[in-house]
Amino acid sequence: MVSEMINTELVIPTLNPIFAQRNSFRAMSDYPELWELLDSVYDPELPGLTLWDLGVLQDIQVDEQQVLVIITPTYSGCPAVDMMSQDVITALNAANYDDVRVKVTLAPAWCTDMISPAGKQQLANLHIAPPNKDDDPDCPVCHSKNTQLLSQFGSTACKALYTCQDCLETFDYFKTL
Amino acid sequence: MNSIQTNEENKTSLFRFVVALADDSVILSHRLSEWCSNGPYLEEDIALANIALDYIGRARMFYQYAAEVEGENRSEDDLAYLRTEREFTNLIIHELPIGDFAFTMVRQFFLDVFYHLYLQELVKSKDQTVAAIAQKAIKETRYHLKRSEPWIRQLAEGTTESRDRILLAIDELKEVVGELFDMPSWEIELVEAGIAVDRQSLKPAWDKHVQAFLSASDIDFEDTRLQITGGREGIHSEHLGHLLSDMQYLQKTYPGMKW
Repeated sequence: MVSEMINTELVIPTLNPIFAQRNSFRAMSDYPELWELLDSVYDPELPGLTLWDLGVLQDIQVDEQQVLVIITPTYSGCPAVDMMSQDVITALNAANYDDVRVKVTLAPAWCTDMISPAGKQQLANLHIAPPNKDDDPDCPVCHSKNTQLLSQFGSTACKALYTCQDCLETFDYFKTL
Repeated sequence: MNSIQTNEENKTSLFRFVVALADDSVILSHRLSEWCSNGPYLEEDIALANIALDYIGRARMFYQYAAEVEGENRSEDDLAYLRTEREFTNLIIHELPIGDFAFTMVRQFFLDVFYHLYLQELVKSKDQTVAAIAQKAIKETRYHLKRSEPWIRQLAEGTTESRDRILLAIDELKEVVGELFDMPSWEIELVEAGIAVDRQSLKPAWDKHVQAFLSASDIDFEDTRLQITGGREGIHSEHLGHLLSDMQYLQKTYPGMKW
């Protein structure tokens, strides 16, 4: 049963301690229904990647009638934070939670280890090379290891640009932080 | 959120300290953003704009905290857009015009080395908000340094033209780097309280790193005795007023304007 779920096309390294900790923190929450609701909120620039997958969604607290959602920005100047906050409020309002507040925290500072395995897989599906601590990224299109840095910055603060020397595709690489 | 005592004197010092760090970041960010659509090629254009974005993020975090410390209902926008030139206390190195690409990259290199050393200490601040901002910023600075160093190497060892421009930029900038290590009286107070960083103590490490890096490209870097200072007192070069007239235009023309 488990083997059916493994995607054999691209092997993404499994649980790192930081994500494992996030996962168990979520599992212990008293409000699993709220976490599930927010699994419908996506990063505005990374289709199919939820705020949870990206590691931006940190905590959900409920105080009487008010829902407090705590998020952390990927990069300090990330312009998507305002839109993410608005999307969180819209999603919860739609499920009849009327009193919703979003708080942006800085600590613990976001890092790429907070991204879920599903999130890394989704990055690869979008042809964005997932973060890779040790080495230059593999080409997300043809999987060649023969890639070269083109620019340390790409379309957003969280990405760099690489070129594949084999298939010649220029691709985004989600920087390790 | 923070554990420091908030007596009045301490509060004023903390505000001056935090708002100055915000001013440094927002002014440098504005300068970097001037490269947008003017970079030497597309990828470089994007890179400089992204670094500008990192600095505006840093400025926002510091301004938000400064506003909170001050407690007088001023917002981050009020602090950035409605203060006058003499109220800005950024260090002069951040406000100088972008010059040519060599000047911009030498400034980034000098500042990246400085912030790398500075933020490493600031993460230990007893003020939890300051420490959290530093923790966020240092990751970005490490990355900036990885970018500015190869550029200096490449330009210094490139053509005669590119090397000359690097040398000229170093000559101009070394008159304003000294101010990075000056300690205003209120910052000394905060060092004693475990909140701020003793900038002077970072000077030997900065000198060592910059000298070693430049000497590998056969460039002698020596300190100059003449240092232009005054930023922390609100005394600036003739360039800051012009920058502010551009940066603050919208808020001053349409007060309270929002996106």
